[in-house]
Amino acid sequence: MTDDAPALLVANVGHRFGARAALDDVSMNVERGRFTALLGPNGAGKTTLFSVITRLYNNQSGRVAIFGHGLDREPSRALARLGVVFQARTLDTDLTVEQNLLYHASLHGIPRKAGKARIGELLDRVGLADRRGDKVRTLSGGQSRRIEIARSLVHRPDLLLLDEPTVGLDLESRADIVAIVRALVREEGLSVLWATHIFEEIRPEDDAVVLHLGRIVARGTAGTIAQGTESLEEAFRRLVAERGKRAA
Amino acid sequence: MTSSPRVVERDTKTHAAPSRQLGRLDAVGYLICLGGIVRRELLRFFNQKERFFSALVRPLVWLFIFAAGFRNTLGVSIEPPYQTYVLYEVYVVPGLAVMIQLFNGMQSSLSMVYDREVGSMKVLLTSPYPRWMLLLAKLIAGVSVSIVQAYAFLAVAYFWETDIPTLGYLTALPAFLASGLMLGAIGLFLSSLVRQLENFASVMNFVIFPMFFASSALYPLWRIRESSETLYWICELNPFTHAVQLVRFALYEQLEPVSCAVVVGTTLAFFAMAVIAYDPGRGLMARRGGPAGEAS
Repeated sequence: MTDDAPALLVANVGHRFGARAALDDVSMNVERGRFTALLGPNGAGKTTLFSVITRLYNNQSGRVAIFGHGLDREPSRALARLGVVFQARTLDTDLTVEQNLLYHASLHGIPRKAGKARIGELLDRVGLADRRGDKVRTLSGGQSRRIEIARSLVHRPDLLLLDEPTVGLDLESRADIVAIVRALVREEGLSVLWATHIFEEIRPEDDAVVLHLGRIVARGTAGTIAQGTESLEEAFRRLVAERGKRAA
Repeated sequence: MTSSPRVVERDTKTHAAPSRQLGRLDAVGYLICLGGIVRRELLRFFNQKERFFSALVRPLVWLFIFAAGFRNTLGVSIEPPYQTYVLYEVYVVPGLAVMIQLFNGMQSSLSMVYDREVGSMKVLLTSPYPRWMLLLAKLIAGVSVSIVQAYAFLAVAYFWETDIPTLGYLTALPAFLASGLMLGAIGLFLSSLVRQLENFASVMNFVIFPMFFASSALYPLWRIRESSETLYWICELNPFTHAVQLVRFALYEQLEPVSCAVVVGTTLAFFAMAVIAYDPGRGLMARRGGPAGEAS
């Protein structure tokens, strides 16, 4: 591991499902302490890329490294520094908030006492300290998401991956979640990869990567990608349309 | 009523801080991980009271109704580990206790398929411990639940003149552990093959029922041999028979070495296959298609 290694390195990663390439020669970085947006329409390959980074799928070609720890050679060290919020809800609805979070703490080898203290801090941060003993089934969609973010932080990861975390939430819940994650980047220097297709969540100074049909079609800050167009959304639509034409 | 997220303005000069993880990746860390997985499985089990009762009712129905009905039809002669002629109810108790573990092993397998569908399997597999350790922890968690169920059944059966020596309850514990691990390992492997929850019915038809009926759980194998030599050998080769025999002998403070070897060997073989099946590089997971819209 080198001290200047990026938080996440994805180099020439390809992934195939049978004959179809879900990812084709994908290379991108998440720099330390940066909020990086991964933009792409449905089916672009975002979830496949997340599955490769989280080692749910093997990277069939190319290299993935987290803070310099290659997933192929040092998976444990790499995964220990990674926190993930999956697109699908993954909390156990029959268990309480605390039981869910303690389970996650144990998955990372955190002793119960230290886990409980950390959970207290995190529930405070996501504004749900008073729901600690409640069953997850009693929470709203936005609250569950906030708990999932707290859960992903229990082991103090340095890189946080979020796969479309605000999908299906109302405006207020969406804003809460964006605010929590941005505060983590600002205050704790957390590196974040945020997959989304909601453009309002991205600021011009954020790093952004546009993925379409399994390939990277643009990268840079959101501001530079949007240059010459009215908005990032318009730039995105153009990129996707151009790539679609070329693919056809 | 909940407060809004707390936004704290603090020192921002912490970028590129060195690793500050709370967890540990050594043996102690793994034991914490194992403890957490077992605790979650037990919590889920005790939260689902109907699961507990249905697990208990099934063997009790067999014992109280089926066994009582067949008491006179199916006489059981003296054969080890029994030292005297036993009633059918006495004969059938160990088989029914292991039947609980059979159903539980498959139930664990079902819950793994469910976990995969709802995504909590992903959470488990992003733990930094090696995958085989996580699967072993999951297996041990399932076995813990099955042992609680088996002893709850034995506790009720105790009042039905089941004739088990007191020390037998203790000597049977390692046998229950071994048989639970074997059935759990089979379930774990099956869970990697079953893609969707709906396919689980076929597991019932093609695994649970044949394993249970083609075994020494309900009738001694010499009885089966009287009617069909082929069927006898099928039962003899069925690992479930050996799980039942291991527990049956252990309940009477004896060790059945052949059954013990078969149970241990079968456990290792199925666990190894499950580890391969769940390996992201070699296994079936990656080849089973990707997320919706991204795989053909």
